[in-house]
Amino acid sequence: MSLLQVLRVAVRALLRNKMRSFLTTLGVIIGVSAVIAMVAIGEGAKARVEEAFASMGSNLLVVLSGTTSASGAHGGFGSMPTLTWDDLKAIRSEASAVRYASPQLRSNQQVISEDQNWATSINGVSPEYFSMRTWPVAMGSAISQSDIETGNKVVLLGQTVVDKLFGANADPTGQSVRIQKVPFQIIGVLARKGQSATGQDYDDAAFIPYTTFQAKIQGGLQKFVAGALMVSAVSSEATTRAQNQIATLLRDRHHTPIGADDDFSIRNLTEMASAQQEGVKTLTTLLASIAAVSLIVGGIGIMNIMLVSVTERTREIGIRMAVGARPRDVLSQFLVEALALSIAGGLIGILLGLLVANRLAANFGWPILIRVDVIVIAVGFSGLVGVVFGLYPAQKASRLDPIEALRYE
Amino acid sequence: MAKSLIETSKVSKVYRMGDVEVHALREVSISISEGESVAVMGPSGSGKSTLMNILGCLDRPSSGGYWLAGEEVSQLDRNALARMRNHTLGFVFQSFNLLSRTSAQENVELPLLYAGVSARERHARAREALARVGLADRMHHHPNQMSGGQQQRVAVARALVTRPRLMVADEPTGNLDSRTSIEIMALFQELGRSGITLLLVTHEPDIARYASRVVVMHDGRVQSDRRQTPLQAELGPDSAGAESAP
Repeated sequence: MSLLQVLRVAVRALLRNKMRSFLTTLGVIIGVSAVIAMVAIGEGAKARVEEAFASMGSNLLVVLSGTTSASGAHGGFGSMPTLTWDDLKAIRSEASAVRYASPQLRSNQQVISEDQNWATSINGVSPEYFSMRTWPVAMGSAISQSDIETGNKVVLLGQTVVDKLFGANADPTGQSVRIQKVPFQIIGVLARKGQSATGQDYDDAAFIPYTTFQAKIQGGLQKFVAGALMVSAVSSEATTRAQNQIATLLRDRHHTPIGADDDFSIRNLTEMASAQQEGVKTLTTLLASIAAVSLIVGGIGIMNIMLVSVTERTREIGIRMAVGARPRDVLSQFLVEALALSIAGGLIGILLGLLVANRLAANFGWPILIRVDVIVIAVGFSGLVGVVFGLYPAQKASRLDPIEALRYE
Repeated sequence: MAKSLIETSKVSKVYRMGDVEVHALREVSISISEGESVAVMGPSGSGKSTLMNILGCLDRPSSGGYWLAGEEVSQLDRNALARMRNHTLGFVFQSFNLLSRTSAQENVELPLLYAGVSARERHARAREALARVGLADRMHHHPNQMSGGQQQRVAVARALVTRPRLMVADEPTGNLDSRTSIEIMALFQELGRSGITLLLVTHEPDIARYASRVVVMHDGRVQSDRRQTPLQAELGPDSAGAESAP
């Protein structure tokens, strides 16, 4: 008996009990669709995390100055200036794993246009800052090196600030705003960047040359960097190396004795990103495992119905044996029936899983991420379920004694 | 007569039921020639069904030898027995044993399916076999749309379709009225004329009269074995089998 004929006999037997066949496959359908949907959700979440960290900037390290501690109260990182401008120069020139470094001096100030005002964070940065954060200019021009050198009073606005001061879609290039009574010329507007992973609006910010920031906004000690240093490594693999190089360099420059604490701190955003991704991955694995359990339960359902079917069709098996069916023929018939059930369930499960994944992705606003390997594994697994759970009933059928089977009522 | 189709030598069958040994057959030696029609009779428990199961390759003897068409059957495994049933034998049962919800044609094709015959040849041979039993116009009917006599004729067609040398019939008329029984016997006699050997198990003396030899079993032994001139089955003028008989 050829495989095609076995398949035809099996499909006919299954179609004879349509409702029962459908209910039997339901377990596998739910299992497979759950696996696919769960993995798609996990992948979507992972992509979301990656996206959030990518918009922060690639391969970033943030170097913060040290802490104060006055009368028992610790001030937190950045509360005492320890990083100097010479430190920045040293990082730029001596740390080989570093590609860019820029100061980020920050102050919350009122930005005033002709008829509006808006409080936002004013950032004093160098031109590299925008490359590090992969943040292009949408209108006008960026801050240039000559702006830094001459301390020009120019400002680059984020989209939110433009929306608040000039209205949506306005082009304020060339106009001026006042910050702390100092008039600044708007040289450009940054492209919209959206929200951070924690919901902070990246576009609610204005950027000026750090030299201008020092002269007009900050005041005070000019030797120290009154903010953080943003550093980007040459590659994502190099972030840890860059971190170590900077730490060694700064300890050396600050004459920190061996064993003493650092008077600065370095945050590795790539590490934070991979830690968060690791968490998402664990969650995905957990969800998929639970879904896989339901696939096994579906397989047990198939075995149950196949056992009932073998008992019900004992006489048919006897007839087939009497006219010359070998034990092997009977075995393959029932095995193929179980396989047909599980694979049909697998295929319907894929469709349902894709549908559910699509709906969920639309609801959460996630990218739809269907992994082909997961689909292949899910179908392969459902086929395996069919073989494993179909084998016992099929073997039971093939071992029937033809005389007993023919006598069975 | 011609050479032996069936040859048994001291065939015994012992069943074990708990601690008790049941001797269903005790050293039965029998020889049946090609073309004979043999009726096996006897009360229930006499061993006639056990003998039929062994001769029909459904069961193996506990001891003794059995040769069918020159092949030693008593030593064959389950797969080889299945092959013998498929190629050399045809079965007809008391309760027809057709697959329900399957057309007459497909029922008849079933043995050919396991013989690995191509679809085209299966259809042709099934049509031919159904025509031979007078059911050419009922090919696509299902068993539940047919009378008992028609169903039994489908079963005969199924037994015929592999062109077997031996037809084993277990109480083939047991579920039929006397008129239909005669029709079926006429069909068997016609097959006998074409050279098929018939082994018929029955408890009805009326039916046994149509056979050329009657073997009576008792307590697992052959009690008597005699040849007779078979009664010719008279066919009614309105019988479908008669109409299509050549």
